[in-house]
Amino acid sequence: MGPYLIRRLGLMVLTLTVTSVLVFVIIQLPPGDYLTTYIEELRAQGEMVPQERIDYMREQYGLDKTLVQQYFVWAGGLLVGDLGYSFEHDVPVEALIGDVFILTLVVNAATVLFVYIVAFPIGLYTATHRYSIGDYGLTFIGFLGLATPNFLLALILLYLANRWFGTSIGGLMDPSYLDAPWGVGKVLSVIEHLWVPVVVIGTAGTAAMIRRLRANLLDELNRPYVTTGRAKGLPPTRLLVKYPLRMALNPFVADIGNLLPQLVSGSVIVSAIMSLPTTGPLLLRALAAQDYYVAGAMLMFLALLTVVGQFVSDVLLAVLDPRIRLGGGLAK
Amino acid sequence: MSEANPPIVHALDPDRPDRHFVCPEPFDPAAEEVLPPARQREMMAGYWRLVWWKLRRHKLAVGSGVVLILLYLVVAFAEVLAPYPLGSRDTDHIYAPPQSVHLFHDGAFIGPYVYPLDYTLDMVRLKREYAPDTTRPQPLRFFCAGLPYRFWGLFEANVHLVCPPEGGTLFLLGTDRLGQDMASRLMHGTRVSMTVGLIGIAISFVIGVTLGGMAGYFGGWVDAVVQRMIEILRSLPELPLWMALSAAVPVTWSPIVVFFCITLILGLIDWPGLARAVRSKLLALREEDYVTAAQLIGARPARIIGRHLLPNFSSHLIASVTLSIPGMILGETALSFLGLGLRPPVTSWGVMLTEAQNIEAVVLYPWLMTPMLAVMVAVLAFNFLGDGLRDAADPYD
Repeated sequence: MGPYLIRRLGLMVLTLTVTSVLVFVIIQLPPGDYLTTYIEELRAQGEMVPQERIDYMREQYGLDKTLVQQYFVWAGGLLVGDLGYSFEHDVPVEALIGDVFILTLVVNAATVLFVYIVAFPIGLYTATHRYSIGDYGLTFIGFLGLATPNFLLALILLYLANRWFGTSIGGLMDPSYLDAPWGVGKVLSVIEHLWVPVVVIGTAGTAAMIRRLRANLLDELNRPYVTTGRAKGLPPTRLLVKYPLRMALNPFVADIGNLLPQLVSGSVIVSAIMSLPTTGPLLLRALAAQDYYVAGAMLMFLALLTVVGQFVSDVLLAVLDPRIRLGGGLAK
Repeated sequence: MSEANPPIVHALDPDRPDRHFVCPEPFDPAAEEVLPPARQREMMAGYWRLVWWKLRRHKLAVGSGVVLILLYLVVAFAEVLAPYPLGSRDTDHIYAPPQSVHLFHDGAFIGPYVYPLDYTLDMVRLKREYAPDTTRPQPLRFFCAGLPYRFWGLFEANVHLVCPPEGGTLFLLGTDRLGQDMASRLMHGTRVSMTVGLIGIAISFVIGVTLGGMAGYFGGWVDAVVQRMIEILRSLPELPLWMALSAAVPVTWSPIVVFFCITLILGLIDWPGLARAVRSKLLALREEDYVTAAQLIGARPARIIGRHLLPNFSSHLIASVTLSIPGMILGETALSFLGLGLRPPVTSWGVMLTEAQNIEAVVLYPWLMTPMLAVMVAVLAFNFLGDGLRDAADPYD
């Protein structure tokens, strides 16, 4: 277990390092920087901007350094929790994010839970009732879920939620709780609003998960040991749960590696549409305004979310299935 | 056996009489066991023919293939099929609902026609209301001279498959905020949305096959580096990266350049899946004798990979390519929808859907959502066809 853990941890650190370089390059890609735009704006308003002030600001924001130096300043800051400075809002990025990271985490965790809770029984049903009407119907719905752009599903569900349950449109809590401190009422309001984004974000992932669980389970159900068990008179449910289901569950757990990036991608766009107080809208606005430390912080956080999530699932899987630890240790 | 048999002699000792009978006639195994013609055809068929036969049995895949062919016909002839050219507006019909086509008026058959829309402004709710005027049927015209357009942007033409009636309108899917015909825009949007996937996948195919091929063929550190790249890219959420990259495309660039940048971005991040598939296949295939033979003759790696190894699983490659196109279509739609991808005047499904961004659109003008149906049809068709191809890629079961 030890060597595997170290190897896996190393990969995670490597991934995050490469990601930080990638993110830094991407946010530096747009021509010009925020300061140039800002000064031009001031000049356009007829304000005199003395050269000393420009130089001072340049130095203040570290824009006079080379790109490589800027990267190390930025990445070093990330390590100690200094996310940089928002040009647009004129505050440190940390002041801007508030509950954003926590709520993003809540939304994504809830979605993962939703995917597993829904996909598991349906996958089980479709595999054991192969080619029945239920199987065809659920498979069809699953395909629709895969094909619908989730942001449009969001609009439709929001409309329905508002119509039937009177849930306020958009946001992750009732507007009256926006500035209120956290309390029972606020948490309840969040839970009430949470289901729409969770369903919307989770639909595509659930559909994919159902198909994969069904395929895995079908493979296992055709194995000779199942026939043997049946011949020996094992009750069907016990036979299913004790052997094939266990085997089919491993890929189910391992699949979080595919699931998480997909969910995070989905959550970004859905939350941008529904104006959830999560990373999505903030990222979108930062990208549009070239407020690149905010964009960088959001991108890094989203990457961190998936990478750490995958790390946790890999470790879980290694605990469940010893073959994976061994496979990792044997260098080819 | 027409002529007299030559005397049978022993192979080593011509004097010794041999008891074994060896027929000197040429032997044809096919004549020995005569198969029914159908079975024989199957035995003689080549690989691609078998794939085609197997695919043909998959009704859903064949149907999806037909749908895709139709969609690409729309891509090719969008200007002719659309009743209105791109950019034409009817300011008298803003947010007009879809007009339906009728055949019988007052019990008499007069061919396909529409009723004109009467417009009133509801002053209380400030809502435009349209009601069909059922007294004046307006027959449609076919293969007619309509509004002029530039076919493929190359030469002037004005032939349309169907034109609005003389002095009337033909809004099969209603109109949008600017009074543009949704059906026409949808057809023009098909051109952009369906080619984004193709160009994007071409880019990702080249990268994926090159990197995956190198990793699988050379192994060692090349493999290790490519593997890490794949793992890192796969563990990152695609959409935020796409968003950040397309936000870096300057707004001032021409729409065509932006279009190619977006496809490039989509392709740049999408290759790991393909690279992984190529790599795992090559790892096994590179041990084959014919590869060693090619190496000994002096073929270079690029030739061995491209000419001898890849054709082994080209059908698998086609299947996985087909399965990755929907992701690109959805990606373009999402980016354009967020305002980071393509922008008007370029018309794609995603650009059209930006109009349907708020609840108001869903409630009041549901026809603005029709591009969503187009997206779903295209995505499902690619998925079903890809599934069928994947099953058919191994026809020897």
